[in-house]
Amino acid sequence: MGDSQYSFSLTTFSPSGKLVQIEHALTAVGSGQTSLGIKASNGVVIATEKKLPSILVDEASVQKIQSLTPNIGVVYSGMGPDFRVLVRKSRKQAEQYHRLYKEQIPVTQLVRETAAVMQEFTQSGGVRPFGVSLLVAGYDDKGPQLYQVDPSGSYFSWKASAMGKNVSNAKTFLEKRYTDDVELEDAVHTAILTLKEGFEGQISGKNIEIATIGEDRKFKVLTPAEIDDYLAEVE
Amino acid sequence: MSIFEYNGSALVAMVGKNCFAIASDRRLGVQLQTIATDFQRISKVHDRLFIGLSGLATDAQTLHQRLMFRHKLYQLREERDMKPETFASLVSALLYEKRFGPYFCQPVIAGLSDGDKPFICTTDSIGAKELAKDFVVAGTAGDSLYGACEAMFKPDMEPEELFETLSQALLASVDRDCLSGWGGHIYVVTPTEVKECTLKGRMD
Repeated sequence: MGDSQYSFSLTTFSPSGKLVQIEHALTAVGSGQTSLGIKASNGVVIATEKKLPSILVDEASVQKIQSLTPNIGVVYSGMGPDFRVLVRKSRKQAEQYHRLYKEQIPVTQLVRETAAVMQEFTQSGGVRPFGVSLLVAGYDDKGPQLYQVDPSGSYFSWKASAMGKNVSNAKTFLEKRYTDDVELEDAVHTAILTLKEGFEGQISGKNIEIATIGEDRKFKVLTPAEIDDYLAEVE
Repeated sequence: MSIFEYNGSALVAMVGKNCFAIASDRRLGVQLQTIATDFQRISKVHDRLFIGLSGLATDAQTLHQRLMFRHKLYQLREERDMKPETFASLVSALLYEKRFGPYFCQPVIAGLSDGDKPFICTTDSIGAKELAKDFVVAGTAGDSLYGACEAMFKPDMEPEELFETLSQALLASVDRDCLSGWGGHIYVVTPTEVKECTLKGRMD
């Protein structure tokens, strides 16, 4: 394809007006494990598959969902190490805001600053874009919010979204089941069912990760036991 | 003579019932000479937040410009006004940035917080916040202001009474300080309106 001559240098546009490296980054995201988020009327839930390469891996040590502040959390699809770097930078930005204003950073501001970091890496020399898309879930004075941030640095607010493998099936499923007044408990069930749709093998508390944030504004990652309880309710 | 006494100033803020008032003198001097008798020390950050800056006038002006800059950017980015507590933290942070070459100012911040609760605070020139439930004072007339306010303050005053009390406290205090006076500016702020008045005092 004519674009291939321009696919080596990140900072060069191709004749079709694309930055090919970003397209490749999105492909990396698209082959990552499925993750999704749903915004309920009284909170947000985010979830992801946690398929480990071997049964010998200690699954308790793998944490794909991380908190950025006590009231904001994030999940990803794509490259794990890139995610860790972004989490570190975002946490630092959130703390800097708090140090200046003695106030928790609003979700929109943190998303904007994280997206700005990701955009920097699409316009600098000698770097490559991040190979992750993030789903940021938070609860602040404006209520529950869910944002997706792409490797290009663009961000969108979603009522419900999915990323990674199986994204089109997951999104269709979410579109059918989403209602504006869904409550957090129902949203967790919907999230589990959506993950189950494309799941290969037996789903359990040990191979998915779920986190919620409710009106108490505390981001909480569910334990495997709690996930198993929800799974039992869904059966 | 201390650099804080170069221009002369008097600033005071007082809390009332769901309202607050902030007042300042109007003199701008260069040591013993009076240069202006209509100097504005108090400025509006937004409808529910005022800041007064006492001390060296040039630092007060620059600090004011920097604070307005920061607040305008905050309003554009966050699409909301800053809360008084947040603004006070910002002032404190900006002042401490210059810890070893400070602004020679003592700000007084007064605003209406969430639930229309009045908030007043002052900081020293390097950003140490002092919150108070009744009144805060700053400037060369600070010591007399402490005495006058302590004597005249009552909790939960209505706006009209607060206006009277604060005006009397200010005018009495600046009469005992040769570097401040020439009248006063007072703002009384309630959740619904802002009343601005100029006070006539001893013109010396």
